[in-house]
Amino acid sequence: MTMIFGVPLMVFMGQLMLGLINGAFYALLSLGLAVIFGLLKIVNFAHGAMYMLGAFTALLGLQYLGLNYWAALLVVPLVVGGLGMLIERFILRRIAHLDHLYGLLLTFGLALIFEGSLINFFGVSGSSYPTPDVLQGGVNLGFMFLPIYRGWVLVAALAVCLATWFIIERTRLGAYLRAGTENPALMQAFGVNVPQLITLTYGFGVALAAFAGVLAAPLYPVSPTMGSSLLIVVFAVVVIGGMGSIIGAVITGLAMGLIEGLTKVYYPEAANTVIFVVMVVVLMLRPAGLFGKEA
Amino acid sequence: MTFNRKILASSVALAAATLMTTGAQASMSDDAVRIGYLADMSGTYRDLAGPGGLEALKMAVEDFGGEVNGVPIEVFSADDRNSADVGANTVREWFDTKNVDLVAGLVASSVSIAATKVIEENDGLGIVSGSAASSITNEHCTPNHIHWVYDTYPLANGTAKAVVEQGGDSWFMLTADYAFGHALEGDVTRVVEENGGEIVGGVRHPFPTSDFSSYILQAQGSGAKIVGLANAGADTVNAITTASQFGLTQSGQQLAGLLIFLNDVHSMGLEATQNLLLTTGWYWDMDEQAREWADRYFERTGKRPTMVQAGIYSSTAHYLETVAEAGTDNPEQIRAAMAERPVEDFFSRNGYIREDGRMVHDMYLAQVKTPEESENEWDVYEILSTIPAEEAFRPLSESQCDLVNN
Repeated sequence: MTMIFGVPLMVFMGQLMLGLINGAFYALLSLGLAVIFGLLKIVNFAHGAMYMLGAFTALLGLQYLGLNYWAALLVVPLVVGGLGMLIERFILRRIAHLDHLYGLLLTFGLALIFEGSLINFFGVSGSSYPTPDVLQGGVNLGFMFLPIYRGWVLVAALAVCLATWFIIERTRLGAYLRAGTENPALMQAFGVNVPQLITLTYGFGVALAAFAGVLAAPLYPVSPTMGSSLLIVVFAVVVIGGMGSIIGAVITGLAMGLIEGLTKVYYPEAANTVIFVVMVVVLMLRPAGLFGKEA
Repeated sequence: MTFNRKILASSVALAAATLMTTGAQASMSDDAVRIGYLADMSGTYRDLAGPGGLEALKMAVEDFGGEVNGVPIEVFSADDRNSADVGANTVREWFDTKNVDLVAGLVASSVSIAATKVIEENDGLGIVSGSAASSITNEHCTPNHIHWVYDTYPLANGTAKAVVEQGGDSWFMLTADYAFGHALEGDVTRVVEENGGEIVGGVRHPFPTSDFSSYILQAQGSGAKIVGLANAGADTVNAITTASQFGLTQSGQQLAGLLIFLNDVHSMGLEATQNLLLTTGWYWDMDEQAREWADRYFERTGKRPTMVQAGIYSSTAHYLETVAEAGTDNPEQIRAAMAERPVEDFFSRNGYIREDGRMVHDMYLAQVKTPEESENEWDVYEILSTIPAEEAFRPLSESQCDLVNN
């Protein structure tokens, strides 16, 4: 059998595949963060909580309203995104003129409130969300047994990432968004409603997190703490990619998933740290991140 | 914030103290028996003890009539947030300002080890119900505390031994990369090898880990018959869920959970956990006595109790009965008197308290039911066999506790 650094080729391929799937999650989450930071200059620490709310809304929707998985994929991002817009309109906007640090603290506080309230009602053990029937089971890829649902996650996450990149970089709406952040006063003078644009953007970023939450619900136990454990890694991904860079967030997300996956084979003890090691190296060599423009 | 809270807590305690009337019986230390419940009320370990454990403790007090030897029983609680510092400081404050007579709960091992040191310094009494580390009654034993429900020794001894005897002689260990995981891994390795099995491989994963797919794939590739989970809480839940998604059990391998609580199985569901072997100190549906108590608990909380929550009731009741019988709440006398009484109730069978503070009692080897076998959401374990009290726990001959004369 072919070996790669002492690991059979088959195992190696399997691990790459898993790394890619995790990377797709990182990409989806860091994309939302990057969009929000790029356009609003808010370091959104509530992003993990929004991801968690996405999973929870899907779970509660299923239990109490009979909302199925496919409907949840559509409805939940709208609902949670709506909540995000309310947060932006009534809370974040009040501190928009202050230093970024205040936005960070405020969103961090909001995240703690969401998490704490849900812990109070649901505890921390979490509940399981059933995998939709069509996506149950798995396929033998020859080198590994791939649960169909994970394959679907990879496809869905990448499709959404691509669509987001397209909207922001290639459409008129996206052009407004980018212009609005570059020079809000001028845009306002042209008759574009910039505050509304900002509210929509925040809502969209949050909706992406909620979408990731729904995707994650059948994979991991749905618990109030599921977001906070992921958030730090996702922030590292954004920092490595370059704050505010859309395509950077996606590529870095996938790359970090792969690096983490390989670490889990060769030196599992470091699996949780490897991304931060990469971050340190990148910050030393390219302080603006791999895809960042300004130094 | 902490400072303010301390001032607030002290002023409340002061106000309470000034309101109290005198005239207690001479043999009681003061005019009330005060029980402080210290546990993780909001974090990872909340559901296995937490508010439910406090409820169980209150049930024990109510069943006792709310007073003992003519003085009322007071209960208060605090969240240790799984921090040894917070736990130790809270207990110290309870001794300084509240004259606490019994510290109950005690969940995270690190908190328990720190808190029992404070209890020893203040010559108080503590009953540890939630912790796993067997060192609590080994190198960390004190004359001032008792360890009630379970510890890592029977977990390894029960599950690993039974699994090897059933033919599961090659193991792959999935270990949480910190002290508790290493200890459990060590215990399991010893038990597996002593019984003629072998450890063919393993991974030490970071604590905590949310994605186990890579490790599960490695376990599948190892060809071991058994995948042993030397981790706890969310890590175990994640590992089992992932194993189920990757068809680990369907392809002929079996999982052995070494520390699994009822709430873990309940949260994961039977589809993911079916056929899992585990060791437990108690199960709500194991017999008529247990069911009867669990029904009462269910009426109050809407949940079935974990072994820890049941153990908290059992230990509190044992304490109060001893206080009533001895007519005193002097910690030293009570600790001795508690050890003289056998512990025989809905929770503990053949139980008694050893000189190292370990309450030994029958433990049980259980298997998680399949969805078809289960009749309701809490009907999850089948008890396969009883591990007799004498065999379950670390024998005194191997003890490093100073209280044991070897």
